[in-house]
Amino acid sequence: MSDHMQLYEVFIRSRRGLDHKHVGSLHADDPEQALEYARDVYTRRSEGVSIWVVASKDITASQESDCESFYDPLDDKPYRHASMYEMPEGVDSL
Amino acid sequence: MTDNVVALPSEEQFQARIDAEEKIEPKDWMPEKYRQTLIRQISQHAHSEVIGEQPEGNWISRAPTLERKAILLAKVQDEAGHGLYLYSAAETLGITREELIDRLHKGTSKYASIFNYPSITWADIGAIGWLVDSAAIVNQVSLQNTSYGPYARAMVRICKEESFHQRQGYHIMMTLMEGSDEQKAMAQDSVNRWWWPALMMFGPHDGESAHSAQNMKWKIKRRANDDLRQQFVDQAVQQAHAIGLEVPDPDLKWNEERGHYDFGAIDWAEFERVVSGNGPCNRQRLAHHVKAHEEGAWVREAMAAYDAKRRARKANVA
Repeated sequence: MSDHMQLYEVFIRSRRGLDHKHVGSLHADDPEQALEYARDVYTRRSEGVSIWVVASKDITASQESDCESFYDPLDDKPYRHASMYEMPEGVDSL
Repeated sequence: MTDNVVALPSEEQFQARIDAEEKIEPKDWMPEKYRQTLIRQISQHAHSEVIGEQPEGNWISRAPTLERKAILLAKVQDEAGHGLYLYSAAETLGITREELIDRLHKGTSKYASIFNYPSITWADIGAIGWLVDSAAIVNQVSLQNTSYGPYARAMVRICKEESFHQRQGYHIMMTLMEGSDEQKAMAQDSVNRWWWPALMMFGPHDGESAHSAQNMKWKIKRRANDDLRQQFVDQAVQQAHAIGLEVPDPDLKWNEERGHYDFGAIDWAEFERVVSGNGPCNRQRLAHHVKAHEEGAWVREAMAAYDAKRRARKANVA
């Protein structure tokens, strides 16, 4: 398989202090080119102060079809939520 | 050039950015002192999350019901997660996890002194969740606005999870206060022991705190120690009284004029004693961490060996 025009995922930090957020993808020959393309495609109206590009093939992702078994161990623990604990009336800041 | 490139990096521009309430991000230029202060503070915070697992872990096998045991396990798991968020934030400043752990073990990096007190009764698990985590929340909410981006974002994530910790603690206290005289006495005894150390968590008076002024200017710190402490006292006293607990402070009094509780003097000599290593459990806490780290070495080695083997196999195929 040729490396020509690989797929890159683009993440943009819209403002300092915020996380980079996935905005889309594009094809490029190398990361530097991907960065320039990302600038041209995704930030034409000052949408970002910082861009990350990551080759899509380098991303390991969970599968939505595996959701049930993947998240199963976390689903039966309602006590992890603060709302499970009833607090007496009139008590503040809890 | 993945982050903003500052044309002429200088302390003035850096300060101007902070004054404008903009966050500093990992690849920005920053004064070395700012970097070192943050490494010290974030790693101290991370160590506190991890060392804090010890007094609570002490009661996992002896929780009074299966439900309380599951809750406590989930909470201790959260603390480990919080430690991880914070170590990762510290690592964005150019220090490795190994160095951070090494500093903890050598005693050059500290953790919250409160965890040098023992958890000797089940009620202590209530007091830790309610008082210690409440105090931590008051501080951490203010740090959601700290000037360093990764630290601020970690605080947002942590604060979301802390509310469960605080409530489960208060719920333990509440349940004990609805129980037998013995259970009520146990709850009260626990508050008597944890109240003052919880107040000390906010640190010395601001006038006596060596780094306060610079850290406020850099917005690493957003609110004064005494301010945060007052907020904690006001809310905790109300919460204590609501379930019939007394606060062990003869000088505690509502001050109508200030709209706050006045409270007694903190025993700073005790604070100094515990910070400098001579609290009830300092040696035990550190020794346990060192032991767990050393005994886990074979797991890290096995993982590295497996990784190397897998890479070699992949290279052979390719």
